Formats: sequence, structure tokens, C-alpha cells
Amino acid sequence: MKNPTTVERKSERELVVTRTFNGPAQIVFEAWTKPELLKQWWAPKSFGISFISCEADVRTGGTYRFVFSHPASEEPLAFFGRYIEVTPHSRIVWTNEESADGAVTTVTFEEMGDKTLLVLHELYPSKQALDEAIASGSTGTSGAGEQFEELDKVLVTLERS
Amino acid sequence: MVQFQPAHLDASFAALSDATRRGILERLGRADASITDLAEKFHMTLTGMKKHVGVLEQAGLVTTEKVGRVRTCKLGLHRLEEEAAWIERYRRLWEARFDELDKIVAELKLERVDGRKMRK
Repeated sequence: MKNPTTVERKSERELVVTRTFNGPAQIVFEAWTKPELLKQWWAPKSFGISFISCEADVRTGGTYRFVFSHPASEEPLAFFGRYIEVTPHSRIVWTNEESADGAVTTVTFEEMGDKTLLVLHELYPSKQALDEAIASGSTGTSGAGEQFEELDKVLVTLERS
Repeated sequence: MVQFQPAHLDASFAALSDATRRGILERLGRADASITDLAEKFHMTLTGMKKHVGVLEQAGLVTTEKVGRVRTCKLGLHRLEEEAAWIERYRRLWEARFDELDKIVAELKLERVDGRKMRK
């Protein structure tokens, strides 16, 4: 049975995602920091998105740039930012700079026996920024058909990327 | 599963514990109304009504919008539902990613074990 994924809006400005993996922190960390591995799971097929390119220099001060395609979007979408902190096997912090209201994302890896607890924390610059991210992700779905729902998924995906 | 902060729920329950505030929600369920309308309907002062609306707004049950000199109140439940729906989609995205990541972790673990065996 797979481990549950939980999401909580921790405060007006924060979202927290948790998941436990059945492996040591070193391996989970590796899957986040080696672009050739990251590429294999960051754009899940069930969401219809695929990588056009995936550049990530995962070390403190390094940058990343992910470009995705999706059938519902004519233009490829680029997402980019900077790694503020990369501490082997325990912590990665990066910025999301494609929008002025982008969050700062912190992922921590905590080894517990032969498992690793992953906590992903997103801190938005303001309550308004998170509210707007939520609102823009929802209006498409409530107003338009399936096409928009798909696009909506992509946007949510990409906003978080 | 969508998880809400207990504080979030506390605010909602506190807001709903008052009969006047429940009446306001019922009223807004039929039509949007200004603070002045609501104060008249519930035979209250503007200040008193503003307080009640403020509590409902804090709990996310009501939203208000000021146009000119009139502040219009409407049910905010929709916003809460939207937030819950968005959070659920967001959770599913991470779940889909992490399901793939599970496979990679399993593969890497296996490689390490095989690698060790081969070196022996």
C-alpha cells in the first residue's frame, strides 16, 4: 500500500505537503537533486504534462529552469528560480521567480528507520498571494468546460513547479 | 483528504454559535445585502451589524465588497469550497509526483543492493 500524501494550509501564507518514502534520505534527496532523476517524476503522466527541458544546478546559489508542454496549452511554459540552500540529504530551499508573488519552497528529508519523511513547505509573500494562487486555480474550473479543467491542472502544476 | 487547521474550524463554529449571525447567513443565502439592509432587518445599529459581519468574514463564511459608500455582503461558503477543491487538486498533483518518485526510490535501492552484491 502506498503512503498517504497530505496537504494543509498551515496559515494565511503557508501550504505544507507531507509524504513518507520507503527508502533512506540519501536516495530520496538524490531523486530531487539529479536532473535526470527529477525529470522522471516531476511531470506526472497522469496530469498530461511533459518536460521540454529540465535544467537544474542543485546546489546553494544554483538555478533551475523547467519548460513544460501540455496539449491544452499552445505555448510552452517556463518556470525558474534559484536554490537558496542545498544541504545534502536533509534540506533544499528554492525560489519561484516566474511570478512576483511566487512562494519560497523548502523541502526537508528526515530519516526515520528505513523510511524518510518528506515535508514540503511553501511560504507565499502575503496572504493575498496565496489567496490569488487559489482563486486563479479555481475560476477556470467553475466557469468553463473540461478543456479549462485540464488547463487549470497544468497551471496548478506549473505554479507549484 | 482535505485538512483544515483547527483554528479555521474554531472560527467557523464560533461564528455560527450566535443566532443573529445564523440569521444573517440565512438571509444572505437568499440574496446579497448591504450592512445597512441587514442592520434594518435585524433591528440593530450599523456598528453592531458591522461586528457580526466582521466575525462571519473572519471565519470565511461571508465576504464583503465596498462599492462607493455601500458595503455589500455575500455568502463566502463558495470561497471555502473553492479553496478545498483547489487544495485537493494540489494534493493530487503531489500524490501523482510522489507515486512516481516511489518507483525511483525503489529502483535506486535495488541498484545499491545489487551494486553491493556485485562488489562482494
